[in-house]
Amino acid sequence: MIPSLLAWFTDPANWSGPDGIPTRVLEHLVYTGVTVLVAAAIAIPLGLWVGHTGRARWLVSLANSARAVPTLGLLFAAVLWVGPLIPGSLAFTLPSIAVLVLLAIPPLLAGTYAGIEAVDPAARDAAAGVGMRGRQVLWQVEVPNALPLILSGTRSAVLQVVATATIAAYVGLGGLGRYLIDGLALADYPQTAGGAILVAVLAVALEGLLALLQRRVVSPGLTGRAAAGSRNDDDARAPEESDGTTVDLRTHA
Amino acid sequence: MDWLSQNWRTVIDLAGAHLYLAGVPLVIGLVVSVPLGWAAKRWNRSYPAIITTTGLLYTIPSLALFVIMPLLIGTQILDPANVVIAMTIYTVALLVRTVADGLKAVPDHVEQAATAMGYGGARRLFGVELPLAVPVIASGLRVAAVSNVSIVSVASLIGVAQLGDLLVDGFNRVIAGELVTGILATVALALALDAVIVVGTRALTPWTRVVGGRP
Repeated sequence: MIPSLLAWFTDPANWSGPDGIPTRVLEHLVYTGVTVLVAAAIAIPLGLWVGHTGRARWLVSLANSARAVPTLGLLFAAVLWVGPLIPGSLAFTLPSIAVLVLLAIPPLLAGTYAGIEAVDPAARDAAAGVGMRGRQVLWQVEVPNALPLILSGTRSAVLQVVATATIAAYVGLGGLGRYLIDGLALADYPQTAGGAILVAVLAVALEGLLALLQRRVVSPGLTGRAAAGSRNDDDARAPEESDGTTVDLRTHA
Repeated sequence: MDWLSQNWRTVIDLAGAHLYLAGVPLVIGLVVSVPLGWAAKRWNRSYPAIITTTGLLYTIPSLALFVIMPLLIGTQILDPANVVIAMTIYTVALLVRTVADGLKAVPDHVEQAATAMGYGGARRLFGVELPLAVPVIASGLRVAAVSNVSIVSVASLIGVAQLGDLLVDGFNRVIAGELVTGILATVALALALDAVIVVGTRALTPWTRVVGGRP
């Protein structure tokens, strides 16, 4: 099994052309990038609004309960019923992309909302006390404080999309899922396993990259990294003081 | 509805298989997560290592993990064990952090009081700390249960039978009733499993329903 897998990876034919590994990786990255950007453009403003005003919280519960719907069923239903309304070759691609966007929204929305919601009320009061207006409080206090959770939501959304895009190869989407679905259909295990390893590596690499990015952009005052040796030592929260409410935004397909 | 009335036996059989593939990993995953979560809480330095490792395992897409399993454990590609073990990995990945955080949330003075009463080591963990962490652990278990039920349907693509078969068959043969039944049955199973956990949690935590401090 292992030698045939190595043979698949080292076969030059698998590294070029429209079926080649570089093309498939790029396709997968483009799907992921586009869908997460579109989903973020919808979910982050919505989450900021719900968190800032405290209105329409049911949106967040609705998004969370959507977890129970099988992604496979959603994909099939979209292609079967929305696909025929769309002309040409987009009939398969467009519904799949729409489902990917739909699935990326819940973690982004929940993360943004939970981030804003979890901002220390004292910080909000202090901001109002120094004369900040609603909009200033939102952008200069709430958003920077909420950034870790907004980015966690983004990471979950990216992983959700990477995973679902793999499955969407079954309904004709490109990307790395092609190797898995085509390999399974042909009972070609080296191709199937090769695709699976590529998908796994891509997912883990993206997760690592986003975790590093998160470390860089989140204010050091929030992560406790600035506390060491500074005179604000008292503010560094010991792990024991955490309130035990874990916000788990991870979803899967 | 016509489709369901003619095929309800198949649906029940598949739902049973689905429950097995999602439920068994939930139980094994919980049993594995308790010692791991305890270790992550007990040794502060091990916390990031344990949480990061399990978190990275969770990032591997399910279809990929199902397919890689035979390489790791030497099973046949159609063996349901691939799905059970992969789902167990996901369950552990979700639960370890919840167990660790749940145990961390037990107040220090409670642990000290228990120690002063002569509770030590394992007895304190199982008699005091774990019961108090049940609400937090249960919330993680609910997420894992719903997510397991939803993920297991992907196993149809590798030929392991459960409710996902209704989705694939309904799509391939364009039988709307079958596809809709598949979606609704999966959601119903997830909600049922969730309800079982909620009821179980209530039974395990009678103190959370004491109002006004009186028993």
